[in-house]
Amino acid sequence: MPRIGIFICHCGSNIAGTVDIEKSIEAARGFPGVVHVDEYRYLCSELGQDLIKKAIEEHNLDRVVVGTCSPRMHEVTFRKAVTEAGLNPYLLEVANIREHCSWVHKDIEKATPKAIALLRAAAAKAALNDPLVAPSVEVEKRALVIGGGIAGIQAALDIAEAGYIVDVVEREPSIGGRMAQLEKTFPTLDCSACILTPKMVEVAQHPNVSLLTYSEVEEVKGFVGQFDVKIKQKARYVDPVKCTGCGICYEKCPAKTPSEFEMGLAKRKAIYVPFPQAVPNIPVIDRDACLYFRKGRCQICAQECPPQAIDYEQQDQIIERRYGAIIVATGFDQMNPSHYGEYGYGQHPDILTGLEFERLFNASGPTGGKVVRLSDGKPPKKVVFIQCVGSRDKARGMNYCSKICCMYTAKQAILLKEKVPDAKSYVFYIDVRTAGKGYEEFQRRAAEEYDVAYLRGQVGKIFPESDHLMVHGVDSLSGKTIEIKADMVVLAVASVARADAPEVGRLVGINSDSYNFFNEAHPKLKPVETHTAGIFIAGACQAPKDIPETVAQASAAAVKVVGLLSKDMLQGEACTAEVNQAECSGCLYCEAVCPYSAISPVEIEERYHGGTLKRTVVEVNPTLCHGCGSCTVVCRSGTINLKGFSNEQILAEVDAICLQR
Amino acid sequence: MRYRYFPGCTLKGQAKSMEDTAMAAAAALGIELIELDEWQCCGAVYPLYEDELISLLSPVRTLAAAAGEPLVSLCSACHHVLKRAQELMQRNQDARHKVTDFLEVEYSGEGRVLHFLEVLRDDLGFDKLTEMIKKPLEGRKVAAYYGCLLLRPSKVMQFDDPENPTIMEDLLKTLGAEVVKSPYRTECCGAYLSVTEEGVASDTVARIIDSARQAGAEALITACPLCRYNLENCSREDGKEPIKVYYFSELLAEAMGLPGESTGADGSKEEVAQR
Amino acid sequence: MIIATGKSSLIDEMKVQSGQNPAECYQCAKCSAACPVTAAMDLLPHQVIRYLQLGLEEDLLKSKTPWICASCFTCAARCPRDLDLARMMEGIRLSMLRRREGNKFGPADLTPEQLEKLPQQALVSGFRKYNK
Ligand SMILES: Cc1cc2nc3c(=O)[nH]c(=O)nc-3n(C[C@H](O)[C@H](O)[C@H](O)COP(=O)(O)OP(=O)(O)OC[C@H]3O[C@@H](n4cnc5c(N)ncnc54)[C@H](O)[C@@H]3O)c2cc1C
Ligand code: SF4
Ligand code: SF4
Repeated sequence: MPRIGIFICHCGSNIAGTVDIEKSIEAARGFPGVVHVDEYRYLCSELGQDLIKKAIEEHNLDRVVVGTCSPRMHEVTFRKAVTEAGLNPYLLEVANIREHCSWVHKDIEKATPKAIALLRAAAAKAALNDPLVAPSVEVEKRALVIGGGIAGIQAALDIAEAGYIVDVVEREPSIGGRMAQLEKTFPTLDCSACILTPKMVEVAQHPNVSLLTYSEVEEVKGFVGQFDVKIKQKARYVDPVKCTGCGICYEKCPAKTPSEFEMGLAKRKAIYVPFPQAVPNIPVIDRDACLYFRKGRCQICAQECPPQAIDYEQQDQIIERRYGAIIVATGFDQMNPSHYGEYGYGQHPDILTGLEFERLFNASGPTGGKVVRLSDGKPPKKVVFIQCVGSRDKARGMNYCSKICCMYTAKQAILLKEKVPDAKSYVFYIDVRTAGKGYEEFQRRAAEEYDVAYLRGQVGKIFPESDHLMVHGVDSLSGKTIEIKADMVVLAVASVARADAPEVGRLVGINSDSYNFFNEAHPKLKPVETHTAGIFIAGACQAPKDIPETVAQASAAAVKVVGLLSKDMLQGEACTAEVNQAECSGCLYCEAVCPYSAISPVEIEERYHGGTLKRTVVEVNPTLCHGCGSCTVVCRSGTINLKGFSNEQILAEVDAICLQR
Repeated sequence: MRYRYFPGCTLKGQAKSMEDTAMAAAAALGIELIELDEWQCCGAVYPLYEDELISLLSPVRTLAAAAGEPLVSLCSACHHVLKRAQELMQRNQDARHKVTDFLEVEYSGEGRVLHFLEVLRDDLGFDKLTEMIKKPLEGRKVAAYYGCLLLRPSKVMQFDDPENPTIMEDLLKTLGAEVVKSPYRTECCGAYLSVTEEGVASDTVARIIDSARQAGAEALITACPLCRYNLENCSREDGKEPIKVYYFSELLAEAMGLPGESTGADGSKEEVAQR
Repeated sequence: MIIATGKSSLIDEMKVQSGQNPAECYQCAKCSAACPVTAAMDLLPHQVIRYLQLGLEEDLLKSKTPWICASCFTCAARCPRDLDLARMMEGIRLSMLRRREGNKFGPADLTPEQLEKLPQQALVSGFRKYNK
């Protein structure tokens, strides 16, 4: 018979306010195997832990149940406490009577019996707990960063500076991300390229960093300390060793196609670097646009290239490497606002998104840095900015605030005034949100010194008329409807998750919110961790954010990675699946559902009626197993079990809740 | 192609030409429109308060009378009311029970409720219609005017893109007209305000007509008798040549070379009212 | 102005019968920007919702705006909070017709010319909207 001790926490009034502690203690004394029950105000405190340790000694306890908050919060704390008192950590069981009970109920009369049931279940399970030992795992001292925007660049630099090797996988031909597309940056108006390019060069030249551009992650296996990753490096059709970056190839290439970097506002060649400061400065051939790949004729680039670096035979390469930790920094996209029919985006050349407008300022942008209307090349004299296009919109857009638009709209209105001094800007806004150091001051400058008219309200519809756009809006503060004969309209569209974010999440095994932004492990206390150990997130792939916030998060993620890589060994997962091969029928259902390929078939020999019989059964590789338990559910003979969560233990919990009312 | 047909009051009165031309075109296209017996007014406006059940009696009776067969109307307002009443019957069980119990009919939201334009686009197909065009409207600059009731609320009406519809332009193209697009084609004409607040309707109408004129239109088509009334009667005297307003069906019949086409070609309200 | 804190039966009824909750409006005023008939209104559509939020029942009952609303549904089509303002406008009209003012308009208000020329649809809609 086990000797179970139960400890109930008040959590101040968090639990005690809704659960009758006295009654719970009374009930707990009657559970089978329970020899000691106690309570404490804050069990997680040092004094609370001491109480448990002392009781283990005094009452010779061999199992401990705590009735506390979620095991996500304090399971580690209490496991440590019982270990210090000489028990195996897996002999501790947590009954979550806070999140699962006191926080979700109001009525003490109903919450108390529920808390008692949860405690009874935990005690029934604890009685069946076995001591477990977590295997040790060696840490591969190399990190992977997915995404080479400012987040990925910063994280890689910090990891490299700490002395660890790091690879950056960037899908595009160059690193830089969205920041490379920006002209100047709020709130200080420093030129984006001037502050980004040095970092791009630094990361490219750092001896501890390898850049894998034009590459994508294909597969991630393994676990913290030992992720086995397959990376596809797409063929550039240019030999990176021979190429000198002279640029003659893209000068001469006759094939043109819309430039992604210029948001389709300009053309690029079939052989191209996305922008002049690209890192690496090695062109790629876009097969879909290249005349040679499409029609078998041309090869002008090959003829013109002085060092003969063009190689049409180049193949995609698969690189397989092991990493101790991974940072996901895949950034964000801009919503396509075409479905807002009233704004007419896509139907008129002078209706642009904020990012498209940003490109008009850039000296190497589609207009060579002249801010002009794309319809007739004239500088716009009246520009209407509309904020919250697709943000804060539960009807046709995203419920959230995109956070950066108030600031970049103010920035663009200021930049416009500088480029076209007689231009007048109108900003339709719902609320101006400028929390951040120097942000409010910046936005006020736009209104006060740059003559930007802020109109509190929205635009009902834009009516294109001969050579201008009639903007029908409203200023809710004066209660006046407003018509503006505008030359140009700029839509601050919602920042959204990358279209392929769900796939990337699945690939690396992290989850996302309902908008497909990656989830942090805790909204306050674990902002860069994910629920998968060893995988971290940074930048706008977690939620829309500006550069300062992105960089701070990237450095935070880097510290987490460095901390992890500084260890030689990690404790692996103790709660892994185990199979009783004698009962296994070899149906292999479990192999099919295991997301981590931890289950494989093996052939065994068995004695059978005097002879021997060969038979297929499965075996579990405990280092690959994450303990998700999928296999235990599909096993037809119920013979694959999760250590620490065996069928017997789960059923004992169910029985304790259902049968012994 | 067989449909039950709900004409609605206005099509038996002021807007008779819409019915006549549509019926002629339908017959020539092999679209059988069988008028419901003993139909009543749809109520003209859909009740926006969910306890206004009395206004639902008539449309629900009409829906039930179609007995699950596809039900077609020509007037935007009738179609709007029938379509929304159907949606309410599908969505709100309580309202459904009350109304059907009162009427002593069985109806739970079944059957397709269609505007004739949808029949042309979805069931017949504009490419099929092309074959039947005998006298294409060559050189005629025509703009479509949609108004509100066919398009909104789009979740219920599911007629076309509420901000950028194409169905009437596609029809005009099929009829061989030169399609003119005006940005005000989905703006409200003022609706029943012409009854009590004529000034308001004149403003809305002026914008619609000016914008169509600016875009180069010589004529407008509509599927709503009230829109047509407002466009013709509430426009301010501005000395400019008044823009002609047709029912879509009038131009359809004309392009198909059907007798009676002259009604549409003229389009003056007097002539329409006389018939 | 002292903001009404007492219960407004009009507004409570309006919430239930229109299925719309004015609290969901964040006053972006897109409805007012979209509405084609604001020129004749004394309160803009978004202000009507603001009055509903503040419980200003008496002022609403005095406003011309609900009678100007053409039920064109443009506001509802573009509202980022997915509110159907046209239903709320109808609610205010109906409440007034049902409990206070009686009919807003009758056959006697029509000119003979109107009676002859107006399509039946206009007459029926007019009576439906302005009469009980
Ligand atoms: C119009 C506009 C103006 C702005 N102005 C300012 C400003 O003035 N000041 C400011 O502070 N912020 C500004 N911002 C915000 C700024 O752009 C972002 O904060 C910043 O770019 C976020 O960086 P990131 O690295 O997280 O994401 P990104 O810049 O999006 O970088 C992500 C990188 O990951 C790569 N990637 C994506 N998916 C994969 C994949 N599956 N595999 C490999 N690689 C992948 C992408 O190609 C990209 O290079 C502005 C934003 C916009 C839209
Ligand atoms: S559009 Fe919607 S959210 Fe905006 S003010 Fe009008 S009702 Fe409120
Ligand atoms: S439904 Fe009424 S309030 Fe809304 S836009 Fe139309 S007229 Fe204006």
